Amino acid sequence: MTGGNAYLSPSGQEIVFVLVGLVVLGGAVLCVTSRQLVHAALWLVVALGGLAVQYLLLTAEFVAWVQVLIYLGSVVVLLLFGLMLTKAPIGPSPDADSRNRPVAFVVALAAAATLVTLVVDAFRTAWIDLDTPHGESGPIGSSLFRVWVLPFEALSVLLLAALIGAIVVSRKRDGES
Amino acid sequence: MDVADVAVRLLAVLLAFLLLPLLVGQGEHKVMAHMQGRVGPMHAGGFHGWAQLVADGVKFVQKEDTIPAGADRRIFQLAPAVALIPYLVVIVAIPLGPDGMVGQVLDAGIFFVLAVLGVGVLGSLMAGWASANKYSLLGGLRTAAQLMAYELPLLLSAASVAMAAGTLSLTGILGAFEWWWVPWQLIGGLVFFTAGLAELQRPPFDAPIAPEEIVFGAYTEYSGLRFAFFLLAEYAGIVVVSALTAVLFLGGWHGPFADQLGWLWMLLKTAALCFVVIWARVAWPRLRADQIQQFAWTVLVPLALAQIALTGVVKVVTS
Repeated sequence: MTGGNAYLSPSGQEIVFVLVGLVVLGGAVLCVTSRQLVHAALWLVVALGGLAVQYLLLTAEFVAWVQVLIYLGSVVVLLLFGLMLTKAPIGPSPDADSRNRPVAFVVALAAAATLVTLVVDAFRTAWIDLDTPHGESGPIGSSLFRVWVLPFEALSVLLLAALIGAIVVSRKRDGES
Repeated sequence: MDVADVAVRLLAVLLAFLLLPLLVGQGEHKVMAHMQGRVGPMHAGGFHGWAQLVADGVKFVQKEDTIPAGADRRIFQLAPAVALIPYLVVIVAIPLGPDGMVGQVLDAGIFFVLAVLGVGVLGSLMAGWASANKYSLLGGLRTAAQLMAYELPLLLSAASVAMAAGTLSLTGILGAFEWWWVPWQLIGGLVFFTAGLAELQRPPFDAPIAPEEIVFGAYTEYSGLRFAFFLLAEYAGIVVVSALTAVLFLGGWHGPFADQLGWLWMLLKTAALCFVVIWARVAWPRLRADQIQQFAWTVLVPLALAQIALTGVVKVVTS
């Protein structure tokens, strides 16, 4: 790319991107540190919704709506359903603490460090041209089902296996009722 | 697109959002009354009680906004907004007439609309949990279970239309529409409309609110303006689901003289579907929660899959 891509003098879109990124980070941190179960789930909504906004800012419109549909509309609803079934109390639930906080912190830090290093190393010189949309449904569909069809099928098999596994695990065995 | 154009479009969307749900609400008062051999509201405003909902609005504003002592205050207060705002956002993408008579053309319009509609349910769940009331909790549970069951047929039947048109854009679908799509997509249309009815928790799928049983479910503890917001969300939902069914399965603005009268056809089709929604409330008794689940998984999902198969076969044969 010829000049114009600089870290200094950012464009409006880049500033918004960083601000929304901070919101996502804040939501994610509050999600794992909140002592109230339902609040944690709702902070997850903030973090996942913020990610959808990030996709939109990168012109990946289709991915953004899929993110909202799957994660906000289904996964979080499922989470809240589970919390309601177990009668998550209003207020903090101290017994939900597994005392693994230090270990979890180390794991999270290691995972974040690995991912950030990897992404920065891989995409340091890549620039997205925001003037032409990249995430329209047509191109995504054809690349998914022409180029990436094998990983797609492998993932479907994985999900099917997980589904069957969940049914098997949740079924009561004979003589145990 | 200049600033004035955007402002006009947003204003039109806001007007539609504020006006159409009230019309449906008033229509429900009168239609239900006449179907049951009553006359309904007759006094407010003079002519056939046309100002009844304005009077209701004034009443709601004057009521005290109570919050239960045991409730989670912030989430309790936030829930009505979460339930209402998605409907306002969705109206932006619904085309009213030909030649760009739409708030904003979106490349993945169907996905946008269904995704944002799904978010509105979070409001009911938040309300159900944060009220610290067992009826609310039961209502919230039923809402979540019902939503998860009916999301699938809703998406599948919408996917069938997207397959037929070869695009995910709502304006693109209307551009490709032919009259014979109506019989071709008839099953899908019925599934979509029924599933939409269930997502809105309208009778006969209103077990999650069931006033006689669990006292309005998630909304038990709400009063005043916040309760009015939930009601407004319900009627805005009726408008949105009817308009979407009209766009996807009845050809939206297509009709005689569509170039001039397209918007009128769209409004007429939407109004007719809204009438059916109200009619359903009068005609059928409430289904039990387990019957609602059974209907979704054993009737609607197979029908939606059959419609997708039919769409695929016809598409391959004709292309």
